[in-house]
Amino acid sequence: MSAPRALSGLGVSVGFGLGPAVRVRPVPGVDPSEPAAVDAAADGARVREALAAVATRLEARAERADGEGREILLMTAKLATDRGLAKSVDKQLAAGAGMTRAVHDAMEGYVGKLQQLGGYMAQRATDLYDVRDRAISELRGLPEPGVPEMTGPGVVVAHDLAPAETAVLDPSLVLGIVTEVGGPTSHTAILASGLGIPAVVRVAGAGDIAEGEVVALDGGTGEVVVAPSEEQRDAFRLRAERRRAALAGSWGPGRTADGHAVPLLANVGTLADALRAAEQDVEGVGLFRTEFLFLDRQEPPSLDEQTATYTEALRAFGDRRVVIRTLDAGADKPLPFADLGAEENPALGRRGLRLSRAREDLLDTQLAALAAAQSATGADLRVMAPMVATVEEARWFAGRVRAHGLASVGIMIETPASAVRSAHLLDGLDFASIGTNDLTQYTMAADRMQGELADLLSPWQPAVLDMVQMACEGGSTTGAGVGVCGEAAGDPLLALVLVGLGVSSLSMSPNKVAAVRVALGLHPVERCRELAGLALGARTAPEARDLVAGAADPIARELAQA
Amino acid sequence: MITRTATIGAPNGLHARPAALFVDAVEESGLDVTISFRGETADAGSLLEVLTLGAEHGDEVELATEDDGAGEALDRLVELLVRGDA
Repeated sequence: MSAPRALSGLGVSVGFGLGPAVRVRPVPGVDPSEPAAVDAAADGARVREALAAVATRLEARAERADGEGREILLMTAKLATDRGLAKSVDKQLAAGAGMTRAVHDAMEGYVGKLQQLGGYMAQRATDLYDVRDRAISELRGLPEPGVPEMTGPGVVVAHDLAPAETAVLDPSLVLGIVTEVGGPTSHTAILASGLGIPAVVRVAGAGDIAEGEVVALDGGTGEVVVAPSEEQRDAFRLRAERRRAALAGSWGPGRTADGHAVPLLANVGTLADALRAAEQDVEGVGLFRTEFLFLDRQEPPSLDEQTATYTEALRAFGDRRVVIRTLDAGADKPLPFADLGAEENPALGRRGLRLSRAREDLLDTQLAALAAAQSATGADLRVMAPMVATVEEARWFAGRVRAHGLASVGIMIETPASAVRSAHLLDGLDFASIGTNDLTQYTMAADRMQGELADLLSPWQPAVLDMVQMACEGGSTTGAGVGVCGEAAGDPLLALVLVGLGVSSLSMSPNKVAAVRVALGLHPVERCRELAGLALGARTAPEARDLVAGAADPIARELAQA
Repeated sequence: MITRTATIGAPNGLHARPAALFVDAVEESGLDVTISFRGETADAGSLLEVLTLGAEHGDEVELATEDDGAGEALDRLVELLVRGDA
């Protein structure tokens, strides 16, 4: 057994994990040393065999999947044995290409055509690449690329994980995720935390972890130990025990030690998420993303379909509040039926409410569905708009929402413009919710998908905390409650700071609620204000966190680490 | 050779499911059928080729086969494309 190796990265999804490494295999390229085709017919037969083997494995996987995943796998299997594909491989072979080169180039031809067609077709390019990579691995005698099918528990180790790969991980088998690259607010990190899988990203040296080596990780501190000693395993386990003990007595509404109420809410992104969250000890939903209804479709969802979905979600929460965010799409996740064209810089383009203003019909249908669901259930429904920057936008949105008879209107505060001028934007509105991920990205001018910029993207950045403070001050002028629904709300230490800055509710992945509840219960609101003062007084993000960690209750500190 | 023309009835065009069901029907017929659209001719038994034609709702495509006895089979394929509920 090799000596323990300590690595470190950024903890992006809290929790401890310990188990054998399951390596995500890299995508193989064309074999650089393969000979040109000599016997095109024999090579063609071998490629067909490889494609058939790929199809069989995909079909077997489809058997064990369900719903949309199953459909996608079956469709992909069908593409592998497509006779048009086999014929174009033959053409490449006849022209002298080697087998893997022939597969690669034949696919490239189809991918080019699909991409020209755009929309739904362009998305199928991913499926073709999947077939290509699997077939090339098969021909080269390499293991299948991507996340291998897991038969027992393990820690997934990868260079990087695509959101699609993360979404299909089975939380009952995946004990943790370790990646070499990636960032704290990447969608992969958010998905992992939504699934309750501990994750550490940007781990230098993760590439050297061998298949089957035992890996221990702490998704709070970002510590990773490969081949840990007995003592190290015990230390990890002990921390896990202490954490469980601290959380065991945590239940009920969020309150500071002196009884100041801070509702603890769930962020959800699908109907299934919402139904799961409704069964947990949360006070409602603080962010219900509605994109899932619109993605991967040719036509927008109908009024009836949307009404049925919202009604089911609202009913599950009874009289608990549900804050629903209207469609937040843009050029980075284009919808075939609302494509405003490619943009140089989608994060700064026509996304969020800007898209709704260009396509009022989409917003109106959504609001009509929400109004119908509200009157069917009598739920405490609140509606907010994404990506608001000006008073005109906020007023326009409020007018639309109220015209549908919906009582409670708010906006997301994600732009520095809306934070700085919140007193004006919130005038006449009922509430606001700070999206710390985007607010951080826009305040620091740092792309949240850029793992290399992780230190700029820390919500502990004093400039971001200043923005939060300004947003809260504006809210207190107008009487609108200002909550937080970014990942920052789920960090027990940062949650204390946010409450101290005047934040009135915290919305996070449901699995983070218990730790935040414990941390709040250990500090009176005055103490939270002092911690906020310490953070605002810091010069740097690490200094802000260190000062708060040093002054907060040790139990909160430990929960933040785990 | 016999030919037939068909107007695509599927609301989203000859995509995904409608395309897959059409290709399956071609395979079941055991015929060599081509499908032409905007000057491109594709093997109707290949899902990839059919998809990459990019025929949308309301577009007219032409089916053809060398088998002169296959008129009825071709009619059934046309019906599938026109109905578009596949």
